[in-house]
Amino acid sequence: MSQEATTTEKSLISPFNIIAGIIVLIGLYLTVRRFTGGLGAVTNLSDNNAWGIWIGFDLLTGVALAAGGYVTAGAVYIFGLKKYHSAVRPAVLTGFLGYALVVLALHYDVGRPWRLPYPFVVQQGTSSVLFEVGACVALYLTVLFLEFSPAALEWLGLKKARNLAVKFTLILVVFGIILSTLHQSSLGALFLIAPSKLHPLWYSSFIPVYFFVSSIIAGLSMVIFESTLSHRFFADKMDEAHLREKDDIALGFGKAASYVIAGYIAIQLMGIGADNEWQLLGTTYGLWYLLEIFGFFGVACLGFAIGAREKNVKLIRWTSAWAVLGVIVNRFNVSLVAFNYHLPSSERYFPSWMEIAVSVFLVTLGLIAFRFIVSRMPILYEHPEYEDLP
Amino acid sequence: MSISRRKFLGWLTAAGLSSSTFGKVAHAATTKHFEGHPKSLGVLYDNTSCIGCRTCEAACNKVNDLPLPDRPFDDLAVLDNKRRTDPKKYMVINKYDNSVNAQTPLFARTGCNHCLEPACASSCFVRAYTKTESGAVTYDESVCVGCRYCMLACPFNIPTFEYDSALTPRIRKCTMCYDNRLVKSELPGCIEACPTESFTFGKRTDLLKIGRERIRRYPGRYLDHIYGENEMGGTSWLYLSGVPFRKIGMREDLGIIPAPQFTSSALAAVPMVVGTWPLLLMGIYAVSRRKDKIAKEEKEQALAEVIAQAKAEADQKVSEAWKKAAQEKEKAIEAAVKKALEAAADTETEENS
Ligand code: SF4
Ligand code: SF4
Repeated sequence: MSQEATTTEKSLISPFNIIAGIIVLIGLYLTVRRFTGGLGAVTNLSDNNAWGIWIGFDLLTGVALAAGGYVTAGAVYIFGLKKYHSAVRPAVLTGFLGYALVVLALHYDVGRPWRLPYPFVVQQGTSSVLFEVGACVALYLTVLFLEFSPAALEWLGLKKARNLAVKFTLILVVFGIILSTLHQSSLGALFLIAPSKLHPLWYSSFIPVYFFVSSIIAGLSMVIFESTLSHRFFADKMDEAHLREKDDIALGFGKAASYVIAGYIAIQLMGIGADNEWQLLGTTYGLWYLLEIFGFFGVACLGFAIGAREKNVKLIRWTSAWAVLGVIVNRFNVSLVAFNYHLPSSERYFPSWMEIAVSVFLVTLGLIAFRFIVSRMPILYEHPEYEDLP
Repeated sequence: MSISRRKFLGWLTAAGLSSSTFGKVAHAATTKHFEGHPKSLGVLYDNTSCIGCRTCEAACNKVNDLPLPDRPFDDLAVLDNKRRTDPKKYMVINKYDNSVNAQTPLFARTGCNHCLEPACASSCFVRAYTKTESGAVTYDESVCVGCRYCMLACPFNIPTFEYDSALTPRIRKCTMCYDNRLVKSELPGCIEACPTESFTFGKRTDLLKIGRERIRRYPGRYLDHIYGENEMGGTSWLYLSGVPFRKIGMREDLGIIPAPQFTSSALAAVPMVVGTWPLLLMGIYAVSRRKDKIAKEEKEQALAEVIAQAKAEADQKVSEAWKKAAQEKEKAIEAAVKKALEAAADTETEENS
């Protein structure tokens, strides 16, 4: 296995490389087009639909799915669940890459990307939820970078710097959780300002809470999902601790996720009750809402619970993918499907192939970076010289 | 609208807008409740006298130096399609069916309403928008990032974006001709141009009085509602109509809460989280650490006990061995003494015999 993997990595003509290469080429072409022809040349955005999938998928979903970093670091360092320690580094790496891609995607989406620092250095619009999102995402990206740095420093053999970086672990973890709580929830709060545009089943004054809680679901599920994939493709890179702990992690995180999802469904229904919107459940949008809540989250809750009780790791792995999908559906619903629900269908938005291609391109960049780092740095194994890991 | 220049200047002075104070701005972009600048100006649009001639659209285009449209302004067939604001037009007149009299269609203006507490200003993270004391909501393209959150936030779907500009796209919207005309004590372009005086320009408080007076005098002509008096917390543009506003493309379900209030509680939660989370997290950390510590201590104690016991046992064994050894030694000595004594006694008897 180990030899096979090294050869695939060395030879340039592997299926992964060919597909990734094509996607990157298309992505580069669209990048040129975007910055020479404007947003109109590549997107289906309009004056009524100012935000498309680069916000709905790349920003909202990207940030939610990168929540594994703060969730895992919190579980291990704050709640003291040391037996999940081997999950921290992969989760932090995914988080870091995820946020880096989110910021990169924003450069495509906003009109004048070089002005992205303006809200902080020129004029602060503190009354804007977007200001909070921007500030927290920028700070959290820095935190993730620092949290990730020990792995890079170990790889580079910079012992002293690495030992210094490790000393800040706890404070970084606390800081990361605070920032994540803030921006995960305020991504939902962005929509609070437009009650007349978001369908009432999705609009709620609780929407920041929904976003925060579902980010925990996304984080837990992503850790399980990702460890499944890593095990498939990078088993040769894993040390004994990873191989030994990975089932434990799936069972423990799966069980936790089943509780969190149950709570999430409960608060969603409480929100419907608080606004008394039961009668809306009978409409088409209502059915779609029910599918999101029960078809995705309800099923995932059950899958995790049964999997954890029967110690069925396989079931948990499949369920984690389903839960991740549920979170994606939710973010799409809030930002695109249920947004502008009042407009006639001719004025609604559907992404152009180029928007989708750019999103795929960015995800591919993430995968390439992940593969590059995992095959070089001590992510899935502990560096033999540094087993004192905090 | 025919008003004398003197009257107009009078309003401006009343609104504190003589050129010296024009530069003063107040940011509506806070989360505090804001009642509107007391003397701010506004426009009352009476759709019952609007004939849909598009003269105002042409004037708007001219005074704002906007690109010319594909079809000329006197082409009224343009009205057959519902239109909205876009980078080429800050305002549009739309045509609607009249359910009472099909012969006379209805018209309505769509454009920035210059909200008292604008959603656009509150949502912008670089404060590109300003609610000026004049009532006009202005936009500063020199700081705009182009995130388009203001477009998502505006309940009236007014701001538009230059999607076709590659490097310098701007938001485009009506500014009540603030920079190009108001500061020079000139009326906004659309208002000056209208041949039927469908627009009345003046202090918002006065406009509300005028509106109510018209409704009182001609109850058959008007609906008893001034749109914009309370919608979204109130707007500087006010509307009178003879038919329900939803029939002329205006939303009646917006409510009266100003937009910034929808996000204020979420923003207020920020300091709460920042203040309480570290304590909470460190508390949990301390508990989990303590748990670890106690577990460690218990382990150590148990170990110590085991060692102590083992030691005690060993000690006992040793001392027993010692005792035994001592006893044996004593016995040996005794035996030796005894032997010696016996030997001595033997010799004695031998000698005596
Ligand atoms: S109508 Fe829209 S663009 Fe005009 S002030 Fe109100 S929120 Fe801003
Ligand atoms: S597009 Fe410009 S004006 Fe609108 S919210 Fe973003 S930065 Fe502000």
